[in-house]
Amino acid sequence: MRPFAYQRAGDPSSAVRVLAGSEDDIPPTVAAIQALAGGTTLIDLMKLDVMRPSTILDINPLAEGWSEIKLDGGDLWLGALARMSDVADNPDIQRNYPVVADSLKLAASAQLRNMATLAGNVLQRTRCTYFRDVSYAACNKRSPHSGCAALEGFNRPHAVLGTSDQCIATYPGDFAQALIALDATVDITGRTGERTIPFAQLHRPPGDSPETETTLTPGDLISGFTISGSFPRSVYVKVRDRQSYEFALASAAVALDLQNGFVREARIALGGVATAPWRAREAEAILGGQRFDDGIAGRAAEAAFAGATPRKDNAFKIELGKRVVMHALHQAATMEI
Amino acid sequence: MIHLPDSTNKSRFNRRTFIAATAGTALAAPVAARAIGASAEPAAPQDVSSPVNTTLRVNGEDKPLTIDARTTVLDALREHIGLTGSKKGCDHGQCGACTVLIDDRRVVSCLTLALAAQGKDILTIEGLAKDGKLHPMQQAFVDQDAFQCGYCTPGQIMSAIACVKEGHAGTDDDIREYMSGNICRCAAYPNIVAAVKQAAPEILKG
Repeated sequence: MRPFAYQRAGDPSSAVRVLAGSEDDIPPTVAAIQALAGGTTLIDLMKLDVMRPSTILDINPLAEGWSEIKLDGGDLWLGALARMSDVADNPDIQRNYPVVADSLKLAASAQLRNMATLAGNVLQRTRCTYFRDVSYAACNKRSPHSGCAALEGFNRPHAVLGTSDQCIATYPGDFAQALIALDATVDITGRTGERTIPFAQLHRPPGDSPETETTLTPGDLISGFTISGSFPRSVYVKVRDRQSYEFALASAAVALDLQNGFVREARIALGGVATAPWRAREAEAILGGQRFDDGIAGRAAEAAFAGATPRKDNAFKIELGKRVVMHALHQAATMEI
Repeated sequence: MIHLPDSTNKSRFNRRTFIAATAGTALAAPVAARAIGASAEPAAPQDVSSPVNTTLRVNGEDKPLTIDARTTVLDALREHIGLTGSKKGCDHGQCGACTVLIDDRRVVSCLTLALAAQGKDILTIEGLAKDGKLHPMQQAFVDQDAFQCGYCTPGQIMSAIACVKEGHAGTDDDIREYMSGNICRCAAYPNIVAAVKQAAPEILKG
């Protein structure tokens, strides 16, 4: 690991000033000053020499105001510095937002969930081997315009949705699929003050600039997430190579509003198969207003993957992903609430 | 005839005593150590290679240290304080061998910066036994033969204690799920589950 200076944040506004530095038109992931929350991504990638900050700003002192879990009327506010385990174990969230609780519980290990924060989890970097191993020169995400070793390399874990000819790295998170499915919003404190954006506008697919993963700029700090309404009929289904402690090969976050067997509203997001948190709106449109049965669930799953682009080793994710969507829809439709 | 030296009788020297004896000496040179500013304002340019003074509270004792900012809690324990019970497996948060409790929560010490752990209570495997009596989870691992090579065992035991206290040891399935962050290459898993089940009632009884 390269040497760095360690500083501790005092309050949000001074933390934003430090993180903003003098750079404003670069992706925050390559800024010289990096925020440290749980550290489970940052310290790991610094040991691998993928991230090379010269200063680390420990933002854990901000946790007092930014780690609460607030259920206010019908809305849920989750502080950015709340730990994954605390949210996953919260009985109110388990009851009213099972897709949120399960997406967190099925991620990482108990130790990592105790450390990692919600915002850090949402902003975690891809697990693409070629991104994480600096001995591969070609990685457009790590060093722009260097090429992509995954396109012709071993790409079994890679994405089939939202890819470009510059990058096919999978977005690895689970919780983000719950947030995007439930139309969450993100509170951000930045150089120009506070703002709130739809969660769907936080991440961006790789396109021609895979190094830019989000719409954040240096100095932006996520303070929390809001989910309006409650979603007791919701599930997170995750399929992986091991039963536990592994990233998704394919996952689905599903929330259904069912009345007398008819779908009033369906929300579907996909994990493990896309380059960014992925809302499957084409699949949702097929279900809307229809009587729920296996046939329509199958048609929705087909629609979710209609635009998929397989590579040499990952075509299996299309069939697997469809089955995961069908399974999640069926589980949500039949759950007792 | 080849005569091998008898290391147990003729030499008390082994890897563990070597690490314990040399821990803390690496940075003992009288260099000017920096102090960490509590302010988040941009400070004057620092020489980031110079060591920093800090204190970690480990197993109830304050340990003053002079360390590089890059030092993890795991390296502070093993290389500076001389507590080599916590093990370095992957050093990337994937194997759980380095698990310790910080403020009663299990974490991987290899991804925790020592400077970020100031002011917190760190509990390691060395802090479990009281008055020469093993902690119930340690005793259960012995009773159930819950290890072979033993390298992952300190991490397993620390993780298992937290698993029980979190309320995640109610069923075999729960134990397997909530202990999945601790890998055992010898695959002693069935006996580890048995050990957690043996110790759980005694730990919960307090």
